[in-house]
Amino acid sequence: MYCDDCKQRPATVHIAQVTNGVKVERHLCEECSAKVQSGSMKFDVGLTLSKLLGSFFGGASAPATGDLKTCPGCGMTFQQVRQKGRLGCGRCYETFEEEIEPILRRIHGNSRHVGRVPVRSGERYRLLQRIDALKQQLQAAVQAEEYERAADLRDRLKELERERDARFEGGQAQP
Amino acid sequence: MSIKAFLNKQRVHWMSASGPESDVVITSRVRLARNLTGIPFPHLMDESAALTVMRSVERALAGGQGTIVEGLQLVPMSHLNPVERRMLVERHLISPEFAESGTELRGVAVDEQGALAIMVNEEDHLRIQCILSGLQLRQAYAWAEQADNALEQTLDYAFDEKRGYLTACPTNVGTGMRASVMLHLPATALTNQASPMFQSISQLGLTVRGMYGEGSEAAGRLYQISNQVTLGLSEEEIIANLGTVVAQIVEQERLLRSRLMQEARLQLEDKVLRAFGVLTHARMVSSAEALSLLSDVRLGIDLGIVPPAEAPTLNELMVAIGPAHLQQAAGRELGALERDLKRAEVIRSRLTGTR
Repeated sequence: MYCDDCKQRPATVHIAQVTNGVKVERHLCEECSAKVQSGSMKFDVGLTLSKLLGSFFGGASAPATGDLKTCPGCGMTFQQVRQKGRLGCGRCYETFEEEIEPILRRIHGNSRHVGRVPVRSGERYRLLQRIDALKQQLQAAVQAEEYERAADLRDRLKELERERDARFEGGQAQP
Repeated sequence: MSIKAFLNKQRVHWMSASGPESDVVITSRVRLARNLTGIPFPHLMDESAALTVMRSVERALAGGQGTIVEGLQLVPMSHLNPVERRMLVERHLISPEFAESGTELRGVAVDEQGALAIMVNEEDHLRIQCILSGLQLRQAYAWAEQADNALEQTLDYAFDEKRGYLTACPTNVGTGMRASVMLHLPATALTNQASPMFQSISQLGLTVRGMYGEGSEAAGRLYQISNQVTLGLSEEEIIANLGTVVAQIVEQERLLRSRLMQEARLQLEDKVLRAFGVLTHARMVSSAEALSLLSDVRLGIDLGIVPPAEAPTLNELMVAIGPAHLQQAAGRELGALERDLKRAEVIRSRLTGTR
């Protein structure tokens, strides 16, 4: 078998490397293996995903405002969240809302969800979205002086608002 | 079908090469991250919470009659040996990290075709994945969405109107969706167009990485492109963005292939046929060498230089030469050298139909 790199000299050194849980094996000649091994030194800086994420949270070392807050859902403090680069439970998003807002903006360029909503538990949300949409249409109709249409929209809006109050005791889609 | 029977099947759905643009796009994959409300995320939860999640998903699957998840069985990872777990990784159905431990606290459910896979207690409580052949992001999303709907009939997801689906890592929050395509880009790589192209892609909220290995040239010239942003865009927008970019990359790859054929036909034929010669005659082949030569042969088939093998065979072969699949085929553990021997044997027999 020839060296994987130069394909000239016989392979005498066999290297097994595990990267992200994937084992990669290389069969090299002595010359090429020396190059590889000296080259791999400079990658060994221990930069892990959680460290990278930690830097999104403003770095793990310097104390940040909110560090002492504790999530009632899982008991994690914001300091721990910063160090791990992970949240502890769904309630963390609420507990650390202020601290997380800028982080989400940095990662996604956005902080508000616009996608899909769970079918069963999302009924209230969808109802509120429909109410918001109707309100906007109503406003547009009034501005365009389409009063007949506006009256119609107002009726539908009232109906949905009644449904909302009956089923979900009110609330706003846009908190 | 039991998971053991599934592992004995040689072909899963994506290997069929039946999807659109299969000359360049190997797979389309959509993965949804979901968590159950009121239970800490996997990295923080104790054994009993993990088992609660396992039982809840089991119940949700059992209640999914008449839906896409009907018949799916949640198999605890403790029921699979390390080789079987790695086989699922090599088939791109579970993540490498997930395969590491054989604990009863984690589980996987795979459908008969190997298109739909659900991981339980990975980084999030649920990872619902659909992987299909060729460029079929919409279809992959549709199936993942159906599975998501079916499970949500029973499960209470951690969802927030403002932040969307809540995930352990803030890089997944919102849609919880990662859509990705695996591309074979030999002409793009051979003409040194890969890095400039990828630099522009990274400015569009997408990431590119080599499918296997690291370094400037991805092993087997296989690349994965996926969305980076999961919050503030709808699922449809994410898929449309990725689809548009991929369509352009496919176009460029085809153009470069035909230009290579016009301008360097002899060199190309030589390269492809040499690769074919080595693969059909070598007695020992390392994994990296095999991937690289298979890339040449795949290009040769797409350009009509090599007639015999068909693309499905190549997709199967790519998976069959993985360490876990080789060991399964051999029926025992193999050392590094033995694997290289077995790999050469498997490739020879598949490409020539003989041993």
